[in-house]
Amino acid sequence: MKRAVVTGIGVVAPNGLTTEDFWAATLKGRSGIREVEFGDTRYSARFGGRITDFDDKRHIPSRLLPQTDRMTRLALYAAESAFRDAELDPEAVAGYGSGVTLSNAAGGFALSHRELKKLWGEGPKSVSAYLSFAWFYACNSGQISIRHGLRGPSAALVAEQAGGLDAIGYSRRSVRRGTRMVLTGGVESALDPWGWISHISSGRVARPAAADRAFLPFGTDAAGYVPGEGGAVMVLEDRDEADARRAPRRYGEIAGYAATFDPAPGTGRPPGLRRAAENALADAGLAPADIDVVFADGAGSPDLDRAEAEAISAVFGPRAVPVSVPKALVGRLYAGGAPLDVATALLSIRDDVIPPVPAAVEPDPEYGIDLVVGEPRHVPVRRALVLARGRGGFNSAVVVTAAA
Amino acid sequence: MNRRTVITGMAVRTPGGGSTKEFWDLISNGRSATRVITRFDPSPYRSQVVGECDFDPQLENLTPREIRRMDRAAQFGVVCAREALADSGLDTADLDPAKVAVSVGSAIGSPTSLEHEYRILSDGGRHWEVDEAYLSPHMFDFMVPSAIVKEVAWAVGAEGPAMMVSDGCTSGMDAIGHARDLITEGSADIVVAGGTDASISPMVVACFDAIKATTPRIDEPERACRPFDRTRNGFVLAEGAAMLVLEEYEHARRRGARVYGEVAGYATRCNAYHMTGLKTDGIEMAEAVRHALDEARANPTDVDYINAHGSGTTQNDRHETAAFKRSLGEHAYRTPVSGIKSMIGHSLGAIGAIEIAACALALVNDVVPPTANLHEPDPECDLDYVPLTAREARLDTVLSVGSGFGGFQSAVVLHGPRKAAA
Amino acid sequence: MSASAPELTVDSLRAILIEVAGQDESFDADTDIATLTFDELGYDSLALMELSATIEQRFGVAIDEEELSKLSTPEALVLFVNGMLAEVS
Repeated sequence: MKRAVVTGIGVVAPNGLTTEDFWAATLKGRSGIREVEFGDTRYSARFGGRITDFDDKRHIPSRLLPQTDRMTRLALYAAESAFRDAELDPEAVAGYGSGVTLSNAAGGFALSHRELKKLWGEGPKSVSAYLSFAWFYACNSGQISIRHGLRGPSAALVAEQAGGLDAIGYSRRSVRRGTRMVLTGGVESALDPWGWISHISSGRVARPAAADRAFLPFGTDAAGYVPGEGGAVMVLEDRDEADARRAPRRYGEIAGYAATFDPAPGTGRPPGLRRAAENALADAGLAPADIDVVFADGAGSPDLDRAEAEAISAVFGPRAVPVSVPKALVGRLYAGGAPLDVATALLSIRDDVIPPVPAAVEPDPEYGIDLVVGEPRHVPVRRALVLARGRGGFNSAVVVTAAA
Repeated sequence: MNRRTVITGMAVRTPGGGSTKEFWDLISNGRSATRVITRFDPSPYRSQVVGECDFDPQLENLTPREIRRMDRAAQFGVVCAREALADSGLDTADLDPAKVAVSVGSAIGSPTSLEHEYRILSDGGRHWEVDEAYLSPHMFDFMVPSAIVKEVAWAVGAEGPAMMVSDGCTSGMDAIGHARDLITEGSADIVVAGGTDASISPMVVACFDAIKATTPRIDEPERACRPFDRTRNGFVLAEGAAMLVLEEYEHARRRGARVYGEVAGYATRCNAYHMTGLKTDGIEMAEAVRHALDEARANPTDVDYINAHGSGTTQNDRHETAAFKRSLGEHAYRTPVSGIKSMIGHSLGAIGAIEIAACALALVNDVVPPTANLHEPDPECDLDYVPLTAREARLDTVLSVGSGFGGFQSAVVLHGPRKAAA
Repeated sequence: MSASAPELTVDSLRAILIEVAGQDESFDADTDIATLTFDELGYDSLALMELSATIEQRFGVAIDEEELSKLSTPEALVLFVNGMLAEVS
């Protein structure tokens, strides 16, 4: 069977606009969570993972600016960064052998907000032609396909936060079936006022007093998550093709993937996260003891944290594997969150170090997990498990391993 | 082991099609159900003819809470999923929920609810600021269209892989392609798969007005969508859903299930050209068709019927006519081609699944549904588009294609029950 | 034309174009765009639809699709719009 390796990473995160900046910030505990302001309007939640150093005019071609929501601009930037990191000339791989499959959870809220205001405030004739595609879930995949000439199997998947791993699993399938390269991952942004309060409507957004206490997954003070923007796009390549072109980097292999769904309420059956983790391990042909670190979903709500801790303990045994939640520094990025975790896992493998959750997290001892807190842990990392859950019952898991 | 995928259950809700039987009666008789918008005042819009479903969630046995928390697209999806499962004869008590998956296509998720909530939050667009005091607890589920998948998974008791495929107007077809892959690779034995979109909302009508993609024709509403006709001038926006029960072949055979057909081949490609435009050469769609035929181990000459995208725009008609010639060669001229959007409009991410349901019914009945409203053929479209009247024909292999914003071009090859059993 | 009627110029058209559709590498601030085609300037049908909708909102001149497809350069478009403005004033 063909093997799918990651040969390029493009990160766009609240604490770093390049892979190396993000990685340095993640190891040092530098947060991208900050106050989200909307002029004089106050909302009940005010901290988010916001990207403040993205320069639209510098990062995005002028022709694409009027027709793109912020989510797509961030995605275009991450895709271009991934190509550059892979030292892959898009023109050299353009055609049916290359595709793009990204996840998106919420669409382009800022653009649809602007256009709905025009529609209801001024009338239908004021609505922009760009509303016909710029807000919808396939927009990031479509724009990237067009910009880089990718004509192979492509898609856009939605499964709230779990969807980012589903996109990676889907792309691995494409590679196994003969597509030489797929751009995969996910990028999200919905931090305009309407998007912001829509996040709040989940009922799980934290309302902390200060940014450094905002998002405390698995902590005794966990009180919800903070919404963020960004994500990661990766170049996933057929290993033989990567070898043939002497790709400069092989961050690792997507060795296992699985997805499950929780039972409907009231059935009394167990949730599906454990099964997703076990199936992904089985898919990779690995045992729990082979895994060096788990990048958890880390919802940051006590009930969800407990459920995840139970799943991890059930698979690995109590305190048997280091667990980290680097998203504590950037917030919940929806479709962008899990791909950023996969990128982080690959960097952990590269540098043999597990990034910590911030020292502000006081691990709840009842959870029985070995949470890496405060300081990076320097240990050999060869294989990592990444978990993600999407609201409603979506569970996905990916196993990444050092490229042999 | 080669795991094959067969269709053992289906349900649809379309304009003029409140049940599978009504739907087939409509399209096999060449009747159109497009009409002037009734859901809101159409007068401010350039395009006023649409395909609306006469869908009453209470009559469809949804509970008050289900109705409250679900967007109309989710309601369509859940109703169809339950009915498709019943149609398949599967007893969920006998199934391992872990081997039941869900794959739902939707291009635009929950626009009706999003727009409704927006109007409340902004007081009818009066304010740029949105007022949190008026925030609905269901807003988050309208924001993330995966909530539709959740509802379908709950409705059918699925605990296997569940996700939404959102590739614009090929979503429904791509969701079925993905479902086929889940069965092939062993991730599931049963997949409830299809598409749903509830598109008849002012923001959706207005955005297609803005690119002049929908027809401005309002006289004779039932004749508004005219694929392959010289006088066509845009598509007719519609809503609807179709859900299929896809089942691993041996699983279906062991229980003696009725088989509508086999999902034998699927492929998708991108044109990497334009978010909304198509070139006239049809190269990428032809490439998808060739790969779907390869997967089905079918030759171009095996294709007995093509269910076209047939949206009713000039660029589409010429694009896909070229694609059929490019992929099937001379056989394209001998193959009946028809577009059922002429009768039920274009329900975006749902239509690909509805058209696959139509193909399965065509296979079971050995009948090619016609292209309605085709009176003056476009001289540049010179294939056999089965104008106005259905045609009886022995059908064993049919091809369905779709084309979507973002550049997606997809193709599915279905084998009929005779060939699936062979 | 009455003195108060706003008139479209190639320069103001250039500004509207950049606002609603951006600017590709084929021209810069020094390029005389008047007689280059929209196609040469890197604008597609979507860009022109946004342009015509904006002109309709700001100048009250509706340009139908067929007419728009014939107006292939900024100069032609400016002449057409100003001609329509002169007619109504």
